Amino acid sequence: MSEAATQDAVNASVEQPVIKMRGTGVNVFYGDKQALFDVDLDVRQHSVTALIGPSGCGKSTFLRCLNRMNDTIDICKVTGEITLDSENIYAPMIDVVELRARVGMVFQKPNPFPKSIYENIVYGPRIHGQVSTRAEMDEIVEKSLIKAGLFNEVKDRLQEPGTGLSGGQQQRLCIARAIAVSPEVILMDEPCSALDPIATAKVEELIDELRVNYTIVIVTHSMQQAARVSQRTAMFHLGKLIEEGPTDKMFTKPDHKLTQDYITGRFG
Amino acid sequence: MTDMTADKPAASTGPARSLLKVGERTRKRNAAEKRFRMLGLAAVVFGIVALLGLMTSILSNGLSSFNQTYIALDVYLDPAKLDKNGNRAPEDLRKITTFTVQPLILSAMQTMLEERELAAEGVNAKQAAALISKEAPAELRRYVIANPDQIGETVSFDLLASGRIDGYFKGRVTMESAALDRNISPEQLMLADQLKQAGLLELRFNWAFFTAPDASDTRPEAAGLGVAILGSAYMMLIVLVLSLPIGVAASIYLEEFAPKNRWTDLIEVNIANLAAVPSIVFGILGLALFINFVGLPQSAPVVGALVLTLMTLPTIIIATRAALKAVPPSIRDAALGVGASKMQAIFHHVLPLAAPGILTGAIIGLAQALGETAPLLLIGMVAFVREYPGAPPEGFFDPASALPVQVYNWTQRGDPAFIERASGAIIVLLVFLLIMNAVAILLRRRFERRW
Repeated sequence: MSEAATQDAVNASVEQPVIKMRGTGVNVFYGDKQALFDVDLDVRQHSVTALIGPSGCGKSTFLRCLNRMNDTIDICKVTGEITLDSENIYAPMIDVVELRARVGMVFQKPNPFPKSIYENIVYGPRIHGQVSTRAEMDEIVEKSLIKAGLFNEVKDRLQEPGTGLSGGQQQRLCIARAIAVSPEVILMDEPCSALDPIATAKVEELIDELRVNYTIVIVTHSMQQAARVSQRTAMFHLGKLIEEGPTDKMFTKPDHKLTQDYITGRFG
Repeated sequence: MTDMTADKPAASTGPARSLLKVGERTRKRNAAEKRFRMLGLAAVVFGIVALLGLMTSILSNGLSSFNQTYIALDVYLDPAKLDKNGNRAPEDLRKITTFTVQPLILSAMQTMLEERELAAEGVNAKQAAALISKEAPAELRRYVIANPDQIGETVSFDLLASGRIDGYFKGRVTMESAALDRNISPEQLMLADQLKQAGLLELRFNWAFFTAPDASDTRPEAAGLGVAILGSAYMMLIVLVLSLPIGVAASIYLEEFAPKNRWTDLIEVNIANLAAVPSIVFGILGLALFINFVGLPQSAPVVGALVLTLMTLPTIIIATRAALKAVPPSIRDAALGVGASKMQAIFHHVLPLAAPGILTGAIIGLAQALGETAPLLLIGMVAFVREYPGAPPEGFFDPASALPVQVYNWTQRGDPAFIERASGAIIVLLVFLLIMNAVAILLRRRFERRW
């Protein structure tokens, strides 16, 4: 019996997976051009879901649908249903600000605010009214930085600009900033593509730790990264979801030839 | 092993094409490049020479207006003439005219010449008194009204010398030109020389140039920029208060909130067009709208400021939109990503980053407005205004002048002394503009942040 199958059996027996977010029949249009076709995808709680696929396949688009960042693009139109804890986030009465407080995001390029490290982290909790006193702020800064594994590196220079950190540190600062608002889901759009291998390793390690408390969806171009950090993988191609499954199964015996070819580097 | 010896590189047998030999095409290209560089250099040199020429002309004409010739004179404030009733009552004193004061100056001049034994051939007392400005009696009158207790005393005054005398010591008037001049004679100039030797006449820094109001054609020596500076300051204040918030709000809406459709495109094109509308057209608009329709007073800084606001708005809007566009989208994403609303993202992150650009744009717009003349002519700010506008906000509705209009006004006057005044006013205007630009640069340096 293969290891993957055993693993599956173990997973199934230990606990029933909780679906944190679920996309049903998601179509996305940029003007006349359709970018996503009828995507059905579940995101399981406390696991890392990797979205892979060649450039322009719609994985980032899908990711940005999950916290409605696509709303900022005028010509973008989304149909279908995406739920967070069974509530449709595209329902008319949904407030995107509330949604984004619960579904945080880390971007491809580290983008700290041109302010101090302290300000970077405190900003989110403050606008959501989660902290007000100095002591609360100090606490959330420390807690977030510790969780992001950055505290020891920056504890003596919290008042220095976040933009003065190295690329990897900046990205972890961005993760700390996202964690600070205590989201339930963290979306990561190729978080390591601008980082060197050492910084990448640190971020990957961090992602693995964060999985315990958060649900993570990550877009990545690196197959190794997907294999290392994720529990489940979804393969996109030309705006369609090709297949989705446990990561080890996807990387050992995928159902589709397309996935097999992509993973082994035969195209993409 | 044999492979390795075979791989050993052989020395080059010499170039097939030498880099040392320059081909025809290369020579042509280099020549074209050199020509272009020379052309650019020539353009820059031409610009600098033109600027230097302009500055020299303005400075050589205008710097002298910052000095002014004064004559020291002890005037006996005769009670018999100034206060016939002897009661020093203010209402009586206010009836004193410059005609009553003039003889006092005449006799004072006479006394002084006799005491010092100064005289020039063919200069009578009246002609000697003509060395003193026609503005002097008015000054004396003001002094008497302000200090009634000094009546009956002899008071030392530093009175303005007349424009011709002032011009003589600045080299504008010569003996030859005086011989042909109805207003002054060479003998009077000689007397002035004697006064100078006696230490009674001297050139001093001309504070009055910055504080005094305009003066009539016959007394250029008394003309100052006080009303014009005040009027310009009032206008700039209103322009800043109106155009900055309106311009920034409009830009933020257009750049961040407005849907991109045909209407916003139309608005965008029209804002760009508005910046290119000749300023005189804005003057006509101001005249028709603010004065004829709304009924605001003529010559008032508030009307000028409203017109200039309309002119400054496109500049500020264009600069602000450019500044907002220049803020990297990643900052917006970052703010939205942690759950900031659009407005929070803009006000907390985008606007502070765009601030240097916005401020620079605003100051450049203001500097433009400060130098604008044509629209002000049409709304009556070219009028001869001697009264200072009152304190704001009522003062905004009082008649006033403006710096560039004052320059225009003075260049229209007959007396050559006004050429000096006009150049002096240009220097003042340029200094204000330089200060504003320096502030713009400083603000930019101070607020600029890297990301």
